[in-house]
Amino acid sequence: MKYGPETIGVSLAAFLALLGAAFSGDDSFAAHMWVAFFVLAGGAIMLLRQISFAPAFGPGDDSGYLDGPVRYGTVATMFWGIVGFLVGVLVALQLAYPDLNIEPWFSFGRMRPLHTSAVVFAFGGNALIATSFYVVQRTSNVRLWGGNLAWFVFWGYQFFIVMAATGYLLGITDSREYAEPEWYVDLFLTVVWVAYLLVFLGTILVRKEPHIYVANWFYLSFIVTIAMLHVVNNLAMPVGLLDAKSYSLFAGVQDALTQWWYGHNAVGFFLTAGFLGMMYYFVPKQAERPVYSYRLSIVHFWSLIFLYIWAGPHHLHYTALPDWAQTLGMVFSIMLWMPSWGGMINGLMTLSGAWDKLRTDPIIRMMVMAIAFYGMSTFEGPVMSIKAVNSLSHYTDWTIGHVHSGALGWVGMISFGAIYFLVPKLWGRERLYSLRLVTWHFWLATLGIVVYAAVMWVSGIQQGLMWREYDDQGFLVYSFAESVAAMHPYYVMRVLGGVLYLIGALIMAYNITMTILGYSREEQPIGEAAPAAQPAE
Amino acid sequence: MGIMDKHAAIERNATLLLAGSLVVVSIGGIVEIAPLFYLENTIEKVEGMRPYSPLELAGRNIYIREGCYVCHSQMIRPFRDEVERYGHYSLAAESMYDHPFQWGSKRTGPDLARVGDRYSNEWHVQHLIEPRSVVPESIMPSYAFLANYPLETDDISAHLVANQRVGVPYTDEMVENAEADMLAQADPDADWSGVEMRYPKAKLGDFDGDPRALTEMDALVAYLQMLGTLVDFSTYDEAAGQR
Repeated sequence: MKYGPETIGVSLAAFLALLGAAFSGDDSFAAHMWVAFFVLAGGAIMLLRQISFAPAFGPGDDSGYLDGPVRYGTVATMFWGIVGFLVGVLVALQLAYPDLNIEPWFSFGRMRPLHTSAVVFAFGGNALIATSFYVVQRTSNVRLWGGNLAWFVFWGYQFFIVMAATGYLLGITDSREYAEPEWYVDLFLTVVWVAYLLVFLGTILVRKEPHIYVANWFYLSFIVTIAMLHVVNNLAMPVGLLDAKSYSLFAGVQDALTQWWYGHNAVGFFLTAGFLGMMYYFVPKQAERPVYSYRLSIVHFWSLIFLYIWAGPHHLHYTALPDWAQTLGMVFSIMLWMPSWGGMINGLMTLSGAWDKLRTDPIIRMMVMAIAFYGMSTFEGPVMSIKAVNSLSHYTDWTIGHVHSGALGWVGMISFGAIYFLVPKLWGRERLYSLRLVTWHFWLATLGIVVYAAVMWVSGIQQGLMWREYDDQGFLVYSFAESVAAMHPYYVMRVLGGVLYLIGALIMAYNITMTILGYSREEQPIGEAAPAAQPAE
Repeated sequence: MGIMDKHAAIERNATLLLAGSLVVVSIGGIVEIAPLFYLENTIEKVEGMRPYSPLELAGRNIYIREGCYVCHSQMIRPFRDEVERYGHYSLAAESMYDHPFQWGSKRTGPDLARVGDRYSNEWHVQHLIEPRSVVPESIMPSYAFLANYPLETDDISAHLVANQRVGVPYTDEMVENAEADMLAQADPDADWSGVEMRYPKAKLGDFDGDPRALTEMDALVAYLQMLGTLVDFSTYDEAAGQR
């Protein structure tokens, strides 16, 4: 048997899930264990029958690098990205047209965590794992450490995503934003994450290059910090070992700050440090220029990871959190502007001497737009963390717009750029199926983000102003319900922005599928199509 | 640039890089979070706070399960407009038994920190079944199914024990009587003396309009009706509560 221990392990896990379903204390846990059972049983059957996904997943891994998990991860990134964007469009539609809520499983309260987790952890997480495995092998000049452990990281992470997503729809949540899975899913993720850390760190330890490349500093700090945040934030007491429900170890104000210490650094480390690692490898590669400043990368790396951790309390301005903690959070959030822009400058200036590529290379254009959005949202963030601004922006759609300019603009675009770079290399193709489709993707995505963010600025600020509007007599002018009604046109326009972004991603999926299958579209090279100047007669 | 040269040592040593990163990212959290556990003025001194009654706790778990926190905050900020709209600004003490907290981060719907006693039980039930029949502008989903789902009562004492373990002052007497208290609180014909003694100010009687059945609707409405009603603000010393 080819995968003996793996098959036995997965079968055993499926059996345990079956036992969990049979003896569970509550219905939702039983339902969730049935889901786990069917997924694991399916996996065991696939292993037993030795179903091979080649040729879709490319050549074998005898090249010296272990690229199988990277190839699978690239496809998974694309798949979960489209799922996440699609659910995003659906929840946006639910806000505009509430009759689209289907109770109990598909109501907004259960769907929104599905959207955020699908985009942040399924799309973003797969992009990070896949690119980090690729980058650490190239920059260390060795094969991934730990043999098949990298495969466990990949499949374990997909299983975590399935368990988290189905859990939300079944109503299994601990209500900690961006950390909603319950205790047993959290425990499983911890195991996967430790394996991820081992593979990554192990590869660095056995590297054949004297220096650890800057991208790996960012990836490593992202992995280790997420481990710390995940464990501390999810400390909880389960009701029973066969019960889905748990109660958070901390209460009230301490619980709130722990959660937003986690929540802000999920942004800071998952969505920033990790993707900066991506930037530090793929932008120089695609631009064929060295990183702009070595010194700047040192300074901004250490200051970024030091300052980010302090910024959590700005999510709790004017709440029952003590004022000293709020002020501390605000001050550090404003300071954070500098290292953030350090990263932006280092990324943009890497194009020094290669700016003409913007005209001919839509992938570079995508990466530059990502860095521009990174700069924009890391400026907007400190502004919103100022207490006076926050008193208006908090609880409104402005925050939602801010998050999306970071997530769609920075995280999305830099990942798309990296995947466009990776796919031809990983599958041994000469080039992408079509560069012109990348241009289409670029413009649709950019337009989608601009529509989305602009609409959310207007709706958020209008919301905030309506809530605090007084008339001459000293009475509040608007009821809350009137402010809800006023949002309708914006919520419809927001859907449009999301749809544009989704269409862009679908075009990308088509483009990379055709590339993987080995097609290449005959088309005129971009930038060279302009007719040559004719001599005057 | 002497320091920059020394940095080369970190770049060549993965263990050093790992340890250095871990130290650097630990500091902020320790400085900001740890003091909240021992600074005594973090949580104000108030009268009236008590753990949730078993029925309220079950309702709170439904509130969490349905993701109500995604659109409703439970945290009134100390601004003129918020205090006029929603009531006294929220105190840290009011969520001292909340595992987890439900302050929320977004107001797609209004704040609920003091929604208790503002509307009748009938209004809440109607609103949860068909939100737009009572608030035409509302974009809230319907939760009609709650009225058809019977409330699970047999494992509630295990929930109280789990809360006990994380520090909520449920007494052993409360744990022993958990299921009985749960049934009694929503039963208009029950003897309420035990519930009233253990959980002062608890709302009593039928909640969902059907006294024969104990449903998830009963529990959720019981929870909503007690939100923000426990603290006695006539005895609250605002100056002493400043932090």
